[in-house]
Parts: sequence; structure tokens; C-alpha cells
Amino acid sequence: MEILLNGEKTVIPDDSTVQALIAHLGLQGSRVAVEVNREIISRGRWAEHLLKAGDLVEVVHFVGGGEDL
Amino acid sequence: MSDNLVIAGKELSSRLILGTGKYKDFETMRAAHEASGTEMVTVAVRRIDIHDRRKESLLGHIATDRIMLLPNTAGCYTAEDAIRYARLGREAGLSNFVKLEVIGDEKTLFPDNEALLEATRVLVKEGFVVLPYTNDDPVVCKKLEQAGAAAVMPLGAPIGSGLGIQNPNNIRIILEIVSVPVIVDAGVGTASDAAIAMELGAAGVLMNTGIAGAKDPVAMARAMKLAVEAGRLAFRAGRIPRKLYASASSPVEGMLV
Repeated sequence: MEILLNGEKTVIPDDSTVQALIAHLGLQGSRVAVEVNREIISRGRWAEHLLKAGDLVEVVHFVGGGEDL
Repeated sequence: MSDNLVIAGKELSSRLILGTGKYKDFETMRAAHEASGTEMVTVAVRRIDIHDRRKESLLGHIATDRIMLLPNTAGCYTAEDAIRYARLGREAGLSNFVKLEVIGDEKTLFPDNEALLEATRVLVKEGFVVLPYTNDDPVVCKKLEQAGAAAVMPLGAPIGSGLGIQNPNNIRIILEIVSVPVIVDAGVGTASDAAIAMELGAAGVLMNTGIAGAKDPVAMARAMKLAVEAGRLAFRAGRIPRKLYASASSPVEGMLV
């Protein structure tokens, strides 16, 4: 199925959970946050939250920034 | 004899807060953080690059055992966006502190105070410790405090300008009328600017470009550490009043006639 991951069309296996997506991206154990359709899915819910085709998924992390960026 | 900066119960022995942007490489950043003695650094929230996962991670270069991460909402131009970034930062960073920025103008990067107040109210209700970056406007600072901000962070001058404290009198008034910590944020160009902020009575100074953009960022980080400490000491020591005329330090008595 296709989702929009960080603004890009991305194909992932059907019935993937957020957990599976994070593992697929090699991000287990990293400090990241996940939003699905503008709602934050907290780490504790990654294993149970199933993604659907067409979901807007954002995976963010920390980058260098001070002021303005 | 401890003289810690306390923000919403969090104690910091250094009154210097640094950014993590604009460094030429992570090694320089890490060395600058070390030299500055900072215990809190700001970080921005951005999308992961899904194509290049080998990029080095910022957090691997921050001594998070002694340096607290302060997620910011840099780059946000609306209250809604800033709130969204703050929530993501809390989720990623596992702390409820946020340096709240809502920018109102691209050229000056001055804050949009109306949106800043709105976002502060929402985030305080959600349990965030909100540290808003604001203009050096005493009325706005007072309103932010009333909205529940845990500190106020008035600018000394525009972000990255290095102009120093442009309106020390406003900073003085802010210090008089708010009781939360006042942290001068932005505009610091060199050590004396940081010292002036602290001599005025600011609780701390936040800077990024002043150090990251210096020819030798690590040396400048140390200079800023010393300046913040010197300024703080001078403030606590109580300076002499300014007078128009001289007053001799040596006795007149015993002069040869």
C-alpha cells in the first residue's frame, strides 16, 4: 500500500504498524516522533497503530538549531 | 553559595544556554558546548531524511548526560504550527520544556507576539514549560508571564545580528515587572554583550550565532562562559552609581605644600 511519508509517496507492506515502519527505516531506539494524519502516535502505541493506505505520516527528529533555525 | 538558574524547578549551574545550529561540524559544536559549560541547548524538530539514513545524528554529539535538550519551534510562523512542533518536540525529546518561537517577519525574524501569546496559553494548558522568545517589550513580557510562561526570553537585537543589547532600558523594565526568569535571547555578538545582559540582571543568556559564527567557536564559547559569569558576579556585587564628575581615590590629606 502507499502512504505519504515525510511528503513522499512510499510503498510499505499492507497492515504495517508504526512500529514496523520505524523498524523498516532503521530507527528503533532513536529519538523520533511520529505523526499520522496530524495526530501524534506516542511510542507506547507504535506496536498497535495500523497504518492505512493514503495515511499522511511524518517522522521527525532533532536537528541543529538555535534561533530561526 | 549556589547561584543556580532555576526554570520551573529545573536547576542549571550555568546561565548560558546555547544553540546547536550553524556549526561547521558536530565536533566543533561539541567542543564549544564543553568550553561554554552550558547545561541546556536548543534543538529544532525536522523531518528525517528517508533516503539517507546514514547521516550522523545530532544527538550523538550532545553530552545529554549533563546537557538538557530544549526543543524549539524555529521556523514556525503561526500559533498552530508552533503548537504542532512543540508537541512533536515533547514526544521526541521526552521533556515538556519548549523554547517557543512564532516568527512574524522573515527579514527581521521578529516574533509575532499575538500568535506567541495564543500558543503560550494553549501549551501551558497542555502542561508544557513554555519559554517564549519575544520582543524586548515589557507589556508583552508581562502578558506572557500572566499566560503561564515559565521564563521570558526577550531579544537583545535581531537573531544573528550580533548587534548586542540595543535597548538596555527595556530589559531593565522587563526585569522590574516580571518575576519569572528573564533570559536575553538573540543579538549577542561578543563577550561584552553577554556581560552587559547579565550586569543588567538577566537570569541568563541564550545564543547561537555569536559562538557558532565566530572564527574560533570554541574560544568564543569560553569567552561567553567567562562573560556570563563575570556579568552575573558584577550584578550581584552591586556596581557603583554613574556620576558626572571625578571623585579621587587617594587622600588629599598629607599632600606636600
